[in-house]
Amino acid sequence: MRLNKIFKNALLIISAGIILTACATKKEVAVDKETPAAPKEETKKEEVTKIEKIAGQMQGDVYVGTDSVKYLADGVADRVFFATNESILTTASRETLRAQAAWLRENSNITVVLEGHADERGTREYNLALGERRANAAKDYLMTYGVSSDRITVISYGKERPVDSGSTPLAWSKNRRSVTVKAN
Amino acid sequence: MIKKFIIFIFIIIPIKALALIEVDITRGNLNPLPLAVSPLSIDETSRKNFEQILDKENIGSEISLIVENNLRTSGLFNPLDKKAFLQAPDIANLKPRFEDWNLIKAQALITGKVNFINDKLRVEFRLWDVLAAKEMMALAFTTVPTNWRRVGHIISDKVYERLTGEKGYFDTRIIYVAEEGPKTQRIKKLAIMDQDGANNKFLTLGNELVLTPRFNPASQMVTYLSYFKNMPRVYLLDIETGTQEVVGDFPGMTFAPRFSPDGKKIIMSFAKDGKSDIYTMNLETRLVERITNHPSIDTSPSYSPDGKYITFNSDRSGYQQIYVMKNDGSDVKRISFGNGLYGTPVWSPRGDLIAFTKLHKGKFYIGVMRIDGTGERLLTENYYQEAPSWSPNGRVLIFYRETKTNSKGEGFSAKLWSIDLTGYNERLIKTVTDASDPSWSSLLSN
Repeated sequence: MRLNKIFKNALLIISAGIILTACATKKEVAVDKETPAAPKEETKKEEVTKIEKIAGQMQGDVYVGTDSVKYLADGVADRVFFATNESILTTASRETLRAQAAWLRENSNITVVLEGHADERGTREYNLALGERRANAAKDYLMTYGVSSDRITVISYGKERPVDSGSTPLAWSKNRRSVTVKAN
Repeated sequence: MIKKFIIFIFIIIPIKALALIEVDITRGNLNPLPLAVSPLSIDETSRKNFEQILDKENIGSEISLIVENNLRTSGLFNPLDKKAFLQAPDIANLKPRFEDWNLIKAQALITGKVNFINDKLRVEFRLWDVLAAKEMMALAFTTVPTNWRRVGHIISDKVYERLTGEKGYFDTRIIYVAEEGPKTQRIKKLAIMDQDGANNKFLTLGNELVLTPRFNPASQMVTYLSYFKNMPRVYLLDIETGTQEVVGDFPGMTFAPRFSPDGKKIIMSFAKDGKSDIYTMNLETRLVERITNHPSIDTSPSYSPDGKYITFNSDRSGYQQIYVMKNDGSDVKRISFGNGLYGTPVWSPRGDLIAFTKLHKGKFYIGVMRIDGTGERLLTENYYQEAPSWSPNGRVLIFYRETKTNSKGEGFSAKLWSIDLTGYNERLIKTVTDASDPSWSSLLSN
């Protein structure tokens, strides 16, 4: 109980820190999104051949199929997909999120959880952070389209909750995702 | 190797009256030292008493089996087949007939005796240098009978230390995550076991996802990530009392926890708004300190053994690499410059090396580099493996490995493995269930 008190103090210190850095953070994140992707040249060559076999389901290494996709409402897909090690929203992802934002604006009583995920080809702790970054990319976009931040909670599962248990580039592409889930 | 070894001894003996068996643990040991572990002798009354208490027919043999198994798995020793032993255990412990042991090519001999005294287990053991015909060490322990496995581990540590000149790692425990169920719905529990896989115990029920448990230096407390109430936060668990408390209750996810070498702080990552930074919390004052402040992902922090430096991985250069900084967050230097991605840096208990996971061309490697990033050495390559943890003497790394699934997405497994710093002696660590995220305790006794 004494700990509780100390703990609250600690929290205050932290929240103060966060408020102070909040503005700076957002700008920096935006800059990050424009920087080009991590160097994956070496893996790309091998993957290209594989990707051709599963044409139609992936663009680059981003999943564009509908296999695991669920719907929040008619025509409102619940998830967006990412390239390896990336949290940049693709054109298709932005379209999906705009539809989600429109639906959320119409149903203003609904709150959502954005669940960020990574594929299995990364270390566990980095993947937890990456999942969080992906869900936040989706959150930022929903907010841009008029969804208030207090209706959105973010959680990362890293590589802990794959939808596809395969060990193939296609399976990994389905697992690199941010899923919007109704919370109420 | 053996030939060279014998010659060495023979040259030494005439010059110095005192011959010392020495095992070089800095190189891959392809010719482990042949040694004989004579079963500990036991009188009939003691034997019956222990049989009643412990349900073991001959506790003397059981303890010597533990010693034998430990020394064998170290890869440095080759315990000889007991069937070849000529001398009875009780007589050998009084005065070995060195010619007999020499005959079966044993270079060292372990003998001993077990007694039941005042409801306690008393074990004495001796280590003999067979070629020099000398006693190298004699020790006795008294403890409660249920501690018998630990006695075996302590004897192993003493023998290892006497013959290699370095502390052993047998009287230790491993905390890890026990896994069950399909890959898409894994059930994960905290579990603890002795270094050799015995005494496995589950510490959580599997109701919530738990990850990355790590011991404090006293090996009494564990810090880990739990998704309790679906809020990923860093927790602290007292293994003896079972009490748990949240330590990383920040407004966002806290993860990747580890103790400082003095056990007073927890260092961890805190993720918010798409960026992850490194923080510490003092467990006594609960004061929180921010260590990094960068829009990138900074995670997997690990202190140097003197507590003055921190290594971590960050994607601030565009992709995941290893960095070292002072413990206040100043003087950040990137140390990994090879091809591929680098993660999970862990500072060696000896201070001179950092172990890591590397991802390159679709393969995962466990490797080590010096603390300035030079001398990179990859120890093992696989489809997926990560998260090395050092043995307390810095000679062995434990990590986990996951298998590729087949075209139907079946055949997934996660197992613990260990490998010597030399790159030799790779071993599967048997666990009751699938397992991941191992963390090695310090030596429980000294």
